[in-house]
Formats: sequence, C-alpha cells, structure tokens
Amino acid sequence: MADLIWLIPAFPAIGFLINGLLGIRFPKTLTAWVACLSVIASFAVSATIFVQFLQMAPESRVFEKTVFDWIVSGDFKTTIGFRIDALSIIMCLIVSGVGSLIHIYSVGYMHDDPGFRRYFCYLNLFVFMMLTLVTGDNVLLMFVGWEGVGLCSYLLIGFWYEKDSAANAGKKAFIVNRIGDFGFLLGLFTLVGYLGSQGIWTLKFSELQANVHLIGPGLATIITLLFFVGATGKSAQIPLYVWLPDAMEGPTPVSSLIHAATMVTAGVYMIARLNFLYVLAPTTLLVVTIVGLATAFFAATIGTAQYDIKRVLAYSTVSQLGYMFVGVGAGAYAAGIFHLMTHAFFKGLLFLAAGSVMHAMSGELDMRKMGGLRKKTPVTYWTTFIACLAIAGVPGFSGFFSKDEILWMAFSKYDSIWFWFIGVITAGMTAFYMFRMFFSTFHGECRADEEIKHHIHESPRIMTVPLMILAVLSLIGGYVGVPALLGGSNHIEKWLEPVFGHHAAPATAHAGGFNIISTAFASSGGAEGAGHAIEMQLMIGAVIIGLLGIFIAWLFYVKNPNLPKKFVEKFHGLFTLVHNKYFIDELYGFIFVRGLFKLGRFCKDFFDEMIIDGIVNGIASLLAGVGGIIRKVQTGMVQGYAFAVILGAIVVIGYLISRIL
Amino acid sequence: MILTVVLIIPLIAAVVCLAPRFRSGAGARWTALAGMTAGLVITVVLFAGYQADHYALKPQRWLLETQAPWFPQLGISFHLAADGMSLLFVMLAALLGSMAVIASWTEIKESVGFFHFNLLLTLVGVIGVFLAIDLFLFYFFWELMLVPMFFLILSWGHENRIYAAVKFFIFTQAGGLFMLVSILGLAFTHQHATGVLSFDYPELIGTYMNGTTATLLLFGFLAAFLVKLPAVPFHTWLPEAHTHAPTGGSVILAGLLLKTGAYGLIRFAFPIFPDAASRLAPYGMILAVAGILYGAVMSFAQTDLKRLIAYTSVSHMGFVLLGISACNTIALHGVIIQIICHGIGTGALFMLAGTLQERIHTRELSRMGGLWAELPRMGGLWLFFALAALGLPGLGNFLGEFLVLLGSFAVSIAAAAIAATGFIFATVYALWMLWQVSFGPRRTTGDIADLSVREMLPLVVAVGLLIWIGLFPQSVIRTARQGLETLKATIEWHTPTRRSIGAPDKGMVDLKTQTAPKGLSGGYDGKP
Repeated sequence: MADLIWLIPAFPAIGFLINGLLGIRFPKTLTAWVACLSVIASFAVSATIFVQFLQMAPESRVFEKTVFDWIVSGDFKTTIGFRIDALSIIMCLIVSGVGSLIHIYSVGYMHDDPGFRRYFCYLNLFVFMMLTLVTGDNVLLMFVGWEGVGLCSYLLIGFWYEKDSAANAGKKAFIVNRIGDFGFLLGLFTLVGYLGSQGIWTLKFSELQANVHLIGPGLATIITLLFFVGATGKSAQIPLYVWLPDAMEGPTPVSSLIHAATMVTAGVYMIARLNFLYVLAPTTLLVVTIVGLATAFFAATIGTAQYDIKRVLAYSTVSQLGYMFVGVGAGAYAAGIFHLMTHAFFKGLLFLAAGSVMHAMSGELDMRKMGGLRKKTPVTYWTTFIACLAIAGVPGFSGFFSKDEILWMAFSKYDSIWFWFIGVITAGMTAFYMFRMFFSTFHGECRADEEIKHHIHESPRIMTVPLMILAVLSLIGGYVGVPALLGGSNHIEKWLEPVFGHHAAPATAHAGGFNIISTAFASSGGAEGAGHAIEMQLMIGAVIIGLLGIFIAWLFYVKNPNLPKKFVEKFHGLFTLVHNKYFIDELYGFIFVRGLFKLGRFCKDFFDEMIIDGIVNGIASLLAGVGGIIRKVQTGMVQGYAFAVILGAIVVIGYLISRIL
Repeated sequence: MILTVVLIIPLIAAVVCLAPRFRSGAGARWTALAGMTAGLVITVVLFAGYQADHYALKPQRWLLETQAPWFPQLGISFHLAADGMSLLFVMLAALLGSMAVIASWTEIKESVGFFHFNLLLTLVGVIGVFLAIDLFLFYFFWELMLVPMFFLILSWGHENRIYAAVKFFIFTQAGGLFMLVSILGLAFTHQHATGVLSFDYPELIGTYMNGTTATLLLFGFLAAFLVKLPAVPFHTWLPEAHTHAPTGGSVILAGLLLKTGAYGLIRFAFPIFPDAASRLAPYGMILAVAGILYGAVMSFAQTDLKRLIAYTSVSHMGFVLLGISACNTIALHGVIIQIICHGIGTGALFMLAGTLQERIHTRELSRMGGLWAELPRMGGLWLFFALAALGLPGLGNFLGEFLVLLGSFAVSIAAAAIAATGFIFATVYALWMLWQVSFGPRRTTGDIADLSVREMLPLVVAVGLLIWIGLFPQSVIRTARQGLETLKATIEWHTPTRRSIGAPDKGMVDLKTQTAPKGLSGGYDGKP
C-alpha cells in the first residue's frame, strides 16, 4: 500500500482533468458522477490505509513514497513525495470523507446553476490541493497545497463573479491569505537557509525532525512565529481573520467544505505537523495560545449580533478555530486535531443545513425573515439541533469532549484560570448565538413573505442524506477522545502519540507571569486524584455556562421575543459597534487599501513622471539643441548622435591608453 | 555550423518577406512563421539531444561552437558558441518569435511584408546576442535588435508611438554606445597586457586590469544591460514602448529584449570583471529590490492594461537582477527559470491584451469588465496567466522567484525578505487586473467573439510550458547547470578574495576554486 499513497491526492486531480478538459459535452449526471467518485475513491484509499495502520505497531505507522526529484539546485534538493502517518491519515479521512458528503450534497444544491461543471472542477481541484497539503512530505510541497487551496477558495468565493460583491470578496480572501503566506515563505527561507548553512539542505519533514537539534531556541522562535503568521492568514485568526466572513459570498457547500471543515484548519494542521519545531519555542506557543483565545472571544462577540445566518456561522468558525489554536498552543496537539475533527463534522453540518434552509427560503439569509421552519423542514431541523448541541458543548455530543479537552489543557499547561475563564465565557456565548440562530430560524412564527412562505419545502434526498450522516458523526464523533476522567481511554491522543510524542501536561507552573490566579488546589495538584478533582469541577462549570447560554437564547427568542428589541434599544451604541464588527474592515480599508493605491498614484505622478521623465526629457531637449547645431554638419539626428558618441569614445579610449602607457 | 543555420534561417525568412509578391498578405506571414518554427524545431531537437546525457558534467566549455575569421587583423572573428544557458534562451527566442508572428496575424494589415522583415530581423539580433561570443559581433547583434524594433513601434504602434519609439531608441542606444566604448577599452587593455588585439570572449576573460579601469569599463557594460533589463530608474522607456508597440512587438520586447540585459550580465559583466562586479553586487541588490517594489506599486496606479503589464515586468525583472547580484548556484538557477517563465507568461499576457484590444478597441481598464461570462476561453487564460504572474506555486514562475529568493537569502536576509513582499504586491496587481478585465458587470456593448483556434494555439502551448516547468524544473536546471557552473568557476577563480557563497554542484569537474567553503556561513551574521 505504501507505494500507492500518491493515489489519495491523484484521484481528485484526475476528476478535475476529466471534467475540465473533456467535460464540455458531458451531461450533468456524468459530471457529477466523475466528481463525486473521484473523491470517494480517495476516501476508499485513505480508509484502506487506516485499516492497515490499525493492524500495525503504533511506531511503524508511516508510509512514505518519493515520486521524483523536483528541484536539485546545488546542494539544495527537494522531491515530490508523499507521507502518510497517524496525523495525515486523520486529515485525509476528514478531507475526503466530509468532502465526499459535500460533493454529493452539492449535486442537489447546484443542480440548476449554469456553472455546474465549473463548480465541480474547482471543487475537485480544491480536494486535490488540500490532500496535497496534508500528504506532502516536505514543506515546499505543503506550500504548493497551501497556496493551491487558497486559489480554489478565491475561485469558489468569486464563483458568481458577475456579482461585484462576490468578486471583491474573493480578491480580498486571496490577498489577505497572501499576506500570511509571506510569513510562511520567510519562515521556510529561514529554516532551510539556516539548516543549509549547517550543511543540511532539506525540506523534508522527517529529515527536518532528525536535525532539529541544530536549531537554537531563539531561531526556533523566529521560524515558528513566521510560520504562525501564515497560519493566521489561512485559518482566519487575528489580525488576518477579515477575509473569512466575506467569503460567505460563495455557494454554501463551499463555505461548508472550505471555510469550515477543511481549508481553514490547514493552519492548525501545519503547526501540528511542525510540532517538533514548536516544541522548541515556548514563547511562540504562548503567542499562539493568546492569539487563539483572543480570536475565539472576539469573534464570538461579533457572532452574537449578526442577522445573516451564514455570517453567524462564519464568525463561529473563526471563534472555533481560535479554540484549536489554544489547543496546539498549549502543546496539546492531539486536542487541537481532535477539535478540528469534531468541528469538521458539526460545522460542516451547520453550513449544509444553512444551505438547506436557503434552499427552502428561496435564498433568504436574514434570520429576521425566517422562523417556524420546524414543521416544514424536519430533517434540517433535527440535524441542526444536533449540531447546535454539539457546538454548544452539551455533554455527550462531540463538541463537548474536544472543547473540554482544550480548555483543560490550556488551564493545566499555563496554570492560568484566566485562560480557562475566557475560554468558558466564549463557550457560553457560542451556545447563546448558535441557539439564537436555531430558535429564530426554526421556532416561532414565520416572518417571511407570503410568496416565499408558500414555497417552503424540505430539500431533496441527495441533500438530506449527507445532513443525516454528518449529524450521526456530530453525535458520536466525540467518543474517540473520551478523557480518562470520564472512564474513557482517549483513543485519538494515543493514536497520535507516534507523531506528537507523549505530551501529558501536568499542572506545572509556567514561568511567564501568567499564573495570576494560581488557584490553590492547582498548585498542590501533583497527585492524580487532586488533578481529576479540578478537572471535574472545571468541566461542570463549563457545562453550566454552556447551558446558561442556551437558556438565555431560549428566553430571548422563544419565551419573550420582544426582549432582544428592548435590549438593542437600551444598548444601542454597543450593539451598533458589535453589529458592524467593530469597524475593523473599514479601518483596514482606510489604512491599507486606500494607502496602497495612494502610494501608487504618488509614485506615478511624482516620481516616474516628474522626476525621472523630467530628467530624461530635459536631457532630450538639451540634446535636441546640440543636435540642431550638429545637424548643420551632418544630415540627421541619429548620425549626429553617433558622431557625438564616437567623439566621446575617442576621448575615453584616449584616456585609457594614456593611463596604460 | 548548426548555430549559423539557426541564425541564417530567420534572416533568409526576413529577406523573403520583402519580396514584392509577399509585401502584403498571407505569404509574408507564412514565411515568417515557417522561419521561426524551423528555428524552434532545430533548437528543440538540440535541446532534446542534450537532455539524453544530462547527468554527465562534461569538461568542455561549450556544447556547440563555430568560428570563422572576420577581420583577423583586428582580432575580430565570427565566433558563435552555445552552452546550455544560451541554448535555452535561443529556444525561448524561437518560441516567442513564432508566438509573435501568430499574434500579429490579423492585427497587422499594412505593409505586412516589411513588418515581418523587421520582426524577424529583431529576432536575428536577439538570437545573435545569445550566441555571439566575440564582443564585436555581440555589439553588432545588440544594435541589430534595436533599429528594426524602433521601426516596429514607429510604424505599427498605437497612439503615442513616435514618442515611445524615440524614447526607446535614445535610452537603449545611449546604453549601447557606452558598451561599445567599454568593449573597445577592454580590447585595448587586453592588448596592452598581452600584446594581442582580440575581441574574443574566452581570450578576454581573465584580462589583468587595475580596479579603476575594471570599474570604468564595467560601467559601460552596465549602462547597456541595466537599461535593457530594466533596472529602476532606467526603466521609463519600457512602459511607453510596451504600451504603444503592436502586440508582436510587445511580446518580443517583454519576452526577449529585456532578457538580453540579464544574459549580458551573466555572460559578460560578471566573468570579465569578477572583482569589480562583486564589489558592485550589493548595489545591484538594492536596485533589484527597489525595482521589485517600485514596479509593483506602479502597476496599481495604471489605468491602461498594457501599461500595467509592462510595470509588472519591471517588478519581475527585479527578481532577475536580485538573483544575478546574489550570484550563487541556487539564485542563478532561479534566474534562468524566472527568465524563461517570465518571457512565456508576460508574452502571453501581452498577446491576450492584444486580442482584447482588437475586439473592444480600448486598453482602458475602466471600460472592460465582465468578460469571463462572454468569453470563457479568454477568461480562463487571463486567469491562468494572472496566476502565473502572481507566482502561484506549482507554476514555473513561482519556482524561479523561489530559488532566487532562497539563493539571495544566503547573501542578504534583508534584501530577500523585502523582495519577498513582492509576492503580496504581485497578488494585488494581478487580481486587480483580473477583476477589472474579467469579473463584475460588463461595461462594453456589442457582440465580441471568443478566441479563435489561431489565437488559442500559442497560449495553450504557453500554459503547458509553465505547468511543465513548474513540475519538472530539472529539465531547465540540468540544461543550464554546466554552463553556469563554468561561469561561476571563472568568477571565483579570478576573485580569490570573494567568498564562495552557496555550494557548487558536487562532482563538478575542474572547479579550480582556491577557497571552497561550503554552505552559507556568514550570511547569518548579517555579513554578506
């Protein structure tokens, strides 16, 4: 099987090529079959490898395959090669598995779109790039996938390019991502350049890991921070998160696949993949945690004040990605990947459900014009309900296990109750805005126009079946990571141990001044039992706050629907600020976009046209004057020129000869 | 012998184009196309031949060489030679030459024969520049590129063609004449040192001269090469010339003429004046970084499509200068890839701009928009070449810039880091261009036809080549490697003081380096 791992990314590429090059006369059904089967084939290969891995000893679960030498320049050498290990197989299963479901859903969702074939070409290209990203065995190939998914994201956000807002959103996403990629690239240069100066010219993960001892802590911090800049772009963290909410201009299944389940998690994957570098840089890990936590909190506040259901989900995604970074920042890479997986299930589901709602509501997105969909769209209703319970962290659902794991790890690694507290408040807000959306959409009276109301219907089977499968996964997906506290054995952490090593995080006091409230029981918590007691208390606290969030949403949007209006009137300023996303977009637009174009204008008008061309034209008129004199002797400008220059040449040569003699 | 044939075929085709019965219409076009295609076929066959034994680094200097006496009493001979690098560039010239002929198929309606005569004569000049290794002959071809291009812009250009043509002529002619002075000075210096008057490049390498003389003579060469490249602030001829030239002329200008400057720097400036050039290299890096940023920022401010593309060339050629100034194996490999991919990619963008202008009769960005829906083939190609221009990984252009930056990083972290922002700026201008041309609502009226097969053919070939180079850059690197290593060895042999940066290829025969410290030691102390 090891020789066939390249098939995982190859199948979607083949699908892309078939539909892209030959598909112009294909009927829609054939296009759809080619597109879906190519991703399902990838899933089948991934699953086969997974089963094989299960039968192997944990430390030998690595397949590597070098396809050919890509660049050999001097001593620098890099290959096109693939690597499947415990980490990348999980990513492959998520990408191709959730990807297959979303492809199938899309067949129904995009059925009447004139760009049907183009859509599936892009979608297959995306899956190919994403699988290249997660299976590439070196940093450069990962970067090819990294930018390739950015390209597909650009194309799919701007899929309806005749709409100005969509074309603009795509452009914004690509440019902001590229700013992050600049950091990625510099990190790559520093890494390969430094190791090269030590005689190790490589980009391969396994060889990097073997030589990581050559890198000192200072350099490791610089490299990892630069890579993290890349992650903030791709995974929409502060300060580069601004593109993701706008990305909702794309078709909804795209938001589900790219902007929730897979691409945006690439930053988390990248840090997990380079964990051997991040381990050397505690400062970077702290920065990652703080940025993740700040993003989680900040985005959640914005999520509470949006009316567009896709925007709510978008900010929710930004916020949840923040959690994943808190996880990897705490050194709990397995917890980060665990949340990545459960999030792929429930957020992918939420977006698909939102698509189903749009389908029912003739494209309406404003939750103020919805309500009462429960009866007419029962599958969508129940699956959304499960997803909301999962994301709100209700015990037993997948989000509960993964989120709790992260909060606990952040607490124990940094020994800071504040980190835990902000995380839990964010969880409470998450529960609130998710159920705010849920109640306004599905409960109460329908507030839509009569015309739309008349058309409300459940989506076809091809769309509801993927919803149901994802709902099942959201329900049970958490049981692969039940903590020891609740009698589980945390399979996923054990599974990933060969990649991440054993990162059991005992409650060690972190010497960074962040143990503001070094809670009394935590500092005495060396013993297993005391640790478990704290973990239990924190878990119960988190659950209570989550339930409180749901209760407030119920109070506001079911029990007493006039409350929100009163609330907005009372806190008008605050609401305007949050509803307008703190005006960050306007600020960026003013500083960067206008600034750049102003700079361009300035260079053009002042420097190029006044200074350089001024000098040139000045010389030209001077020469024209001289030429006028010479023209009396010669016949034309060109010859006159040549004459003058030969004269000059003689002078210079004379000078040189005189120096030589 | 075969090299003479490669030169003579387009020359014959050029003369045939002047025949009275070809003066207008299809005859001249087919003749020109046949001439360029024949050159392309020959070079591709040569290339394929050398691919077969690519792994062996052979001790001989040239792959092909031909020499005939010309003015023996002055030490001037008709000396052509090609190593892997020149072979690649001649191939590029033949390819872009064919593309330019195809691109001019319907655009040029007047004096068709004379147009193709000029076009082919320019290409003869370009190919000659890439092959000549007698400096007098080199200068002859250098000037030969200039005059027919001047006529191309002057006679078949757009609105402001007279200003553009004259500006182009003055800039490049001035640079060229400085170079002539330097060539003569170099020959005399050599005569003084050895007693032999010679313009032969292998002979002139290693000429002993003191520092001032070397620097002065180098400046003459730099004047020609930096104007052609172009480096900021000698670039203002470029946007005018590219914008107002006919499509075929723009393709040749952007794809080939700019590259002769880079070629001259690699082939002549560094090996002949290794010491002086190494001393000036840090300034070269500064100029390069300035060019990358300045060209990109200027692109944002353009409202004219062709002018925007022209400024992107300034930015991309900054990467070429950066790599040449860094002058280590990795950077030079990057330079070769960048030159080829930029030639193909920008040539294609100018062809697209030309086909668009033929259809909507404007180059104003504000009057385009929404073309993708109308013209899916053209829209797809715009997308592809814009992505190539912004350096999408997987395409050849990215690898060129990547290797240049990686190589320069070892010499100067600051220069490489600032230059890398070029990736961000390139994204902005490329997407801005794409957005204006293809996306949003349509702002022109009337029916417009999508690309014809004739227009598609060269563009599809260009797409294929950029993907090919992105996947298999080794086909380029292997071909150029031997020649570059010899050049580098020459430079290092004659500058014992210069630290060897970047590791030379293993197994290289006859490197003769006196100090061969491997790796990049020093680069990280901030000391280049």
